[in-house]
This record gives sequence, C-alpha cells and structure tokens, in this order.
Amino acid sequence: MPPFERLMIPLPPVTQLVQSPDRGGPAQPLLSVRNLVKHFPVRDGFLSRAKRAVHAVDGVSFDVAKGETLGIVGESGCGKSTTARLIARLILPDSGSLVFDGEGVDEFGGVSLQDYRRNLQMVFQDSFASLNPRLTMEDTISFGPREHGIGRQQARSRAHALLERVGLRPAQFAARYPHELSGGQRQRVNIARALALEPRLLILDEAVAALDKSVQAQVLNLLQELKAEQGLTYLFISHDLHVVQYLCDRVMVMYLGQVVEVGPVAQIYSAARHPYTRALLSAVPSMDPARRTSNPPLIGEPPNPINPPSGCRFRDRCPHAQAVCESTVPQLRVAGASGHLAACHMTMAGSAHPAAPTGEVCT
Amino acid sequence: MSSIVSSAALMPDAVLPLQAASAGYWRSVLQRLRRDPVAMACAAILLLLVLAAILAPWITPADPFKTSMLKRLLPVGSAGHWLGTDELGRDLLSRLIYSGRLSLTMGIVPVALAFVIGTSIGVTAGFLGGKVNMAVMRTLDVFYAFPSVLLAVAISGAMGPGMSNSLMALTIVFIPQIARVAESVTTQVARLDYIDAARMSGAGPLAIIRIQVLGNVLGPVFVYATGLISVCMILGSGLSFLGLGVRPPEAEWGLMLNTLRSAIFNNPVVAALPGVMIFITSICFNLLADGIRSAMDLRR
Repeated sequence: MPPFERLMIPLPPVTQLVQSPDRGGPAQPLLSVRNLVKHFPVRDGFLSRAKRAVHAVDGVSFDVAKGETLGIVGESGCGKSTTARLIARLILPDSGSLVFDGEGVDEFGGVSLQDYRRNLQMVFQDSFASLNPRLTMEDTISFGPREHGIGRQQARSRAHALLERVGLRPAQFAARYPHELSGGQRQRVNIARALALEPRLLILDEAVAALDKSVQAQVLNLLQELKAEQGLTYLFISHDLHVVQYLCDRVMVMYLGQVVEVGPVAQIYSAARHPYTRALLSAVPSMDPARRTSNPPLIGEPPNPINPPSGCRFRDRCPHAQAVCESTVPQLRVAGASGHLAACHMTMAGSAHPAAPTGEVCT
Repeated sequence: MSSIVSSAALMPDAVLPLQAASAGYWRSVLQRLRRDPVAMACAAILLLLVLAAILAPWITPADPFKTSMLKRLLPVGSAGHWLGTDELGRDLLSRLIYSGRLSLTMGIVPVALAFVIGTSIGVTAGFLGGKVNMAVMRTLDVFYAFPSVLLAVAISGAMGPGMSNSLMALTIVFIPQIARVAESVTTQVARLDYIDAARMSGAGPLAIIRIQVLGNVLGPVFVYATGLISVCMILGSGLSFLGLGVRPPEAEWGLMLNTLRSAIFNNPVVAALPGVMIFITSICFNLLADGIRSAMDLRR
C-alpha cells in the first residue's frame, strides 16, 4: 500500500460499491460509454417552434480501461467537454448509457447517481472559476467529505493532508482564498479537492491548458505520481497533442460530435489511419526549423454542427472524399493493429472507396 | 514519498495548528471597512441617530407632544427651543429625535423583511432555473412593472392607513426588487465551475445553496438592500405625508414635513428641518452601502 493511502482517513463505507471497489476485475472496463447523444435545441425566436439543434455529441461510444489514461483530443467545438459533462452527469444525455464497473449508472438496478459521483471527480480548465471565492482552501477541499458525513476535524485534517500531498504547505495555504494563489497553485487545490472523496476515475477537462509550460510540467508530473499511488484512471481531455502523447495510454480523436479514431498512443501518433487525425497531427509545430510546416494541413472551418454533412462528417474538408463518403456514414472499425479503430471508408475493406484495402470483406 | 507528507498530516486531530483556521470572510470585510473614513463617518452618524431614537424619552429636552399656542413657529435658536417649534408650539428638537423611532423603523424593517423573503425567492429561482425561474420571475415582474411609489400608495391605500399596513406595503414593494437582484446574482454563480464541482461531490441542493451559493450572493444583495433603506425611508415619509402611514400626533419626519408645509413661508428653516433629517439619514445609508460594497471586494 503506498504511504499516502495509509494517511488518508478512510471514508465510512457508504455503499456496497465502496466496500468492494473493484467488482469486475481488471478486464472489465471501468467506464463504458454507449451511444451518448446530446443535441442542444436552438431557439430562433420567441414564437418559432423550429426543431433545429446543435449536434454537440452524436453517438459517442468508448470504454475506459481500469488504470489507464485515455486522452480525448479534437478541435474546440468537437464535443470533448460536452462528453465530459455528460459522463459526469452534469448535463443529461438525450440518449445513451453509462456503465460503471459493470453497473448501469442512474438506472434501475444500477449504481445510484450519488455513489457514481463519489467514484468520479472532475478537474476543470478554469482554475479560478472552479474555486469558490468565498471559501478558504481547506473549506473547499473538505466540503465534499463533510457532505458525506465526515466530522469537521477529520475533514480538516484530511484537507491538510491533501494540500500537503499536492505540494502546498497547509500552514501556509489552508486559510487562503483563491485570489491569493497562482494559477498553478489553484489547479493543485482543484486536484486535491477531486481526490478528497477517493475517486477511481478522474476527468481532467483541459486541466493544464491554462497553465504556462513549466507549471504545466509540474502539474503533469503530480498527476502521474498520484495516478501511480492511488491506482487512478484518468480521462484526459486536451487540445494539446504533446501533453496527450506524454500522459496518455490511449487516444480518442473526436470530430464534430463523433469519434473518428481511437487507439494506443503510439499507434495514433505513428500510424494514424483517419485523414482528420493525420491533419491534426501534422498541425503540431515541429521542433526542427528545417521541417517547418508550410502547407496548411486542413483548410476551412469545421462545418456547422446544426446541419452536419451527410455521410462522413469530415468529407467536405477531406482530400480523399469520394461518392461513398457522402452517402454512407463510416462506422468505427478495426483499422490496423489491435485496439486501433477508425471511422473512415478508406480503412474499411469492401467499402466503395477506391483507396479501401482489398481482400475479403469482414462481416 | 513519505518525506513529502508533513508532520501536520501525521498529527492527531486535536493538535492541529489553530492558526490555520480561516480568518472569516466577514471579519476581513469589517477590517477593510474600518479603514474607509467616509463609511465610518456615515456609520457613526447612523449609530448616533439610532441611539438617539432608542434613548429619546431620556434625552429630549422637552415633551414632544406638549403644545403651546404662545410659542408657535419659533425660529431656530430660540431660548429653550434650540431648533424652534412647530405649528402647534411643540419643541422641534424633541420631535425630531422622537421621529427617528418611527422613521428609522419605516426605513429598516420593510427592507429587512424584503431582504429575507426576496433573497429566498431569488436564490431559489436562480438556482433551480428553467421553468421554476420563469414562473417566479414573471410573477414578480407584474409587481415590478409599477413605479414603486405608485405601488406603495396603492397597496397602502387599499389596506388603509396605519403604521403596520404601510410597513407591509413597503415590504411588498421591495420584495420583487431584491428578489430580482438575488436571482440574477444566483444565476451567474450557479453557472460557475465550483458549483459543478460541488454537485460532483454528491452534495444536495440545499447544502450547495447554503455553503457554496449564499456566501457569494448575500454580499451583493445586502449592499443593494442597504441602498434601498434610504428609498424606503423616503417612500415611508411619502406615505405619511399623504396621510397613509403614521397619523398625527405621532412624530415622523415625513408627517412633520406635511404639517409644517403651511409654515414654509413664515419659517422656512424650521419647515425644512425634517427634510434635512431624511436627507442626512438616507445619504448616510447610501454611502455606507458603497463602503461595504468596496470593502467586500477582496481582490483589492
């Protein structure tokens, strides 16, 4: 048992789930997301009853394995953060389901929302907006445990231990207010708060995006340490491809509310199959001035999510687009190595795309 | 790793350093307020007025209700009547001190009641949002649509004259205004990430409102309400002036303005004195509200 775990004052067992944390064993995904859909209705005017909607998240499915770090990348507006909030149940999906360690979330016979949220915490991008300006750091961190029935003194000493663990001396920082801390320090407090309920899954929604590079590195190292110590699973949402490469085991690429490619980080970064992923990766600035990018990898803006293109959503920006891309929606299928999935007709044998691999049709 | 973990974390609960306890937000606001000379001067004047009103029976130089036909409308500075006498020969200084009781009550009580009721309504509507918010706020807008003077006169007139009726009328006038401010502040706060973080921790809506929302909403609403006290006093005086609030022979600044109105050409200074009292009190409340507002901004 890592030393920090011994110091944590154990929370009283609230449910079965807490007493036996790992139910399905290591092979069972910690979180399974199935066909998550969220459309935000658009109101044109006071009286119009138009049924237009922003297709923020449109049929997203994926698994998060126990102990892994899954990165979600994509342009802004592709539905990364909406996916995170749907998983956290801060907004409710139009359809789709979540299965947490084998149990349906917030459904009959499954895990209750309260128990689910104990196991899942979130760190937000805006370190200032995610801390209550009227609460001191120790009050902020101990709020969750106190709401779960931990005594005042216990919750406080736990907050102090957590502050210490994220590298902030309690004697110096416990009584401070958010505006008295730097951005990096605030984000450390946010991490401490997220850990206060001993979660199993941590959603990091652009958690280091607002920090400058040196502080970002410190926080990333802290996250790595905490993950190893406490056996955490991370869902790391970012637009920074370098950070994702450094931190993540697997990467999921989203485009316009859909998953276009998912696979192990080495696979994605070296042998991306989807043209969007390739364009995204070639947009990463090179460290070598001789190999600077001169041609824009992609032109144009992402299409309007109110009226997404038919078939493949990427087709009107894709250099390889063919007739089949307009008529058929590509499904997420195995592309190359095991665990590497892509949603592109070019990787699908038997699709009508001329670049599709020949060979027997997989059914 | 264990070297990083501090001694404080290893200490049993009882010996945790006490100095790490939070200093308290309101205490630090008070400290800043003390360094604001204008706000402190206003607070001192208001304290003086309140004390004078409470101690009125013991400090007034003369009986405020004793009339004298011979001493009517004496000018300011007359022997035995420093601030002169009113149209019935009653000592004006004593009456002004006594008036503080009713006038300050008229100013503070409705605002305090409306603060409690309006904040509850506004915070609930703002936090729940959606259809509840819509229903509550549109209902309040009906009241909001009338000018406050008109509304106060209408309600007071419908319920009949008298102190308690005008207190109630003024309370009703201010509830929508305070609720609206509370609602808009709450709506802003409820959208912030720390409320989402609190919801993630599994806390119920009441706990979130109590610990995470109220601390951020009460401040601005309190400042707004403090500023309303002066408006309320003037409205209350207006009701008395119209004969809808306090009735003669009770002493109240607005009522005194009304009765002394006829003497404005004979003895303008004496006739204006109750108005001066209303002016001083309301400007003090306003400046104090401004002082509290800036003292509450911790970032400065």
